[in-house]
Amino acid sequence: MIRHVYHEPLSDPALVGCPHCDLLQRIPALGPKGSARCPRCNLELRRRRVDSLQRSLALTLAAAVLFVVANSVPMLGLSAVGHTASTTVFGGVVQLWRDQEKIVSLLVLFTAIVAPAAQIFLMLAVLCGAMRARPPRWVGKLLRHLPTTYIWSTIEVMILGVLVALIKIADYATVIPGVALFVLGALVFLLAAIQATFDPDEVWKRIPWVGPTAPRGREPSIGEASP
Amino acid sequence: VNAPALTALPLTAMDLGLQSCEVCGLLSRPVAGAHEGSCPRCDEEVTFRKPRSLSTTWAWLIGAAICFVPANVLPVLTTNTAGGADSDTILQGVVLLWSPTGWPLALIVLIASIMIPSGKIAALAYLLVSVRRGSTKNHGQRVRLYRMLRFIGRWSMVDVFVDAFTASLVQLQPLMSVAPAPGLFFFAAVVVLTMMAVESFDPRLIWDGAGMKEARHG
Repeated sequence: MIRHVYHEPLSDPALVGCPHCDLLQRIPALGPKGSARCPRCNLELRRRRVDSLQRSLALTLAAAVLFVVANSVPMLGLSAVGHTASTTVFGGVVQLWRDQEKIVSLLVLFTAIVAPAAQIFLMLAVLCGAMRARPPRWVGKLLRHLPTTYIWSTIEVMILGVLVALIKIADYATVIPGVALFVLGALVFLLAAIQATFDPDEVWKRIPWVGPTAPRGREPSIGEASP
Repeated sequence: VNAPALTALPLTAMDLGLQSCEVCGLLSRPVAGAHEGSCPRCDEEVTFRKPRSLSTTWAWLIGAAICFVPANVLPVLTTNTAGGADSDTILQGVVLLWSPTGWPLALIVLIASIMIPSGKIAALAYLLVSVRRGSTKNHGQRVRLYRMLRFIGRWSMVDVFVDAFTASLVQLQPLMSVAPAPGLFFFAAVVVLTMMAVESFDPRLIWDGAGMKEARHG
């Protein structure tokens, strides 16, 4: 086993490197709704949110309920010449699998069900853990995977796709938008609201570190260059 | 209320031997003598730049470009009716949708399925070439292009969903049924591979060698 070598933290926690241009800078003290942008590439580096964790938790609980509902009722239906059919989100996945498009079926499963579920339930776990007096270590382990779920959770794209499909089919059959479609529509807004409310820095500040939390020796005075 | 402008040192973290964690954002310093190590806060492996960012991005991108050809040439949907089977490519699907009332939808599919993926491949190739050639121009525009690619890429997925749900719903055997065709796999591959390519690109490479003077313009 190779022992982990941990980097040394800096004595000034307000120093950051911009993730998009690596410019070294110090985040100033921000007011309750203040935000800070990188002066070189204009990326938003920090945004303070009022009561971030509590509000995110409320929104996430609502999203969890909507997600369960959206996946248990039909999303769209069709009736033509005496036939009626309806499908849930998962029904679409199953049909693709039967049609021998297994990889595409897995992609739809992942982007429409697994990633959104991970996004909601990881967030729920992270928030519950982070709001404890002494947040446990697994909070950080879960939090690091949240950005990946944002990338692959594409419910809003799926809704657009379903709407296009509905209108295509409407040419030769009567289509019935299902309850799930409306619930998913509401869920898109909730997920956006969660992302706007949730402040990951707030959680990172609370969790216990895996390595040393302070520099061991004296460090060169870099932060002092220009105030 | 916006914070006042930051106090910006005309220095990058790398210039001072500091590394930012890609996961939690913590800035830290490798211990003396060690070249690599983990973030003391979140345990992520920390580096100056994403390792082998350019070659990894090229690999995903070339894969995407190769799949882009069958994705557009092969049919994505097959419609079976009493009269026989009929297959459509993405472009034929757009043409079918195009009507006095349906053209906005056709436009959505055209933009999401053809213009975004091809534009994305071209734009990312441009970013890679400009970084490789050490371009010192248009840093601000190039990083905005990168952010746009990240934001817009997911929308290419729309045609995958259109075809998936069309096929799952239109199962009126023996009258009519719709099934996915092989092009759909390649199209999905283009979407996934371009997203992987964008994620493996390190935007900080755009700025390496850039000064403050070429700072933001908007």
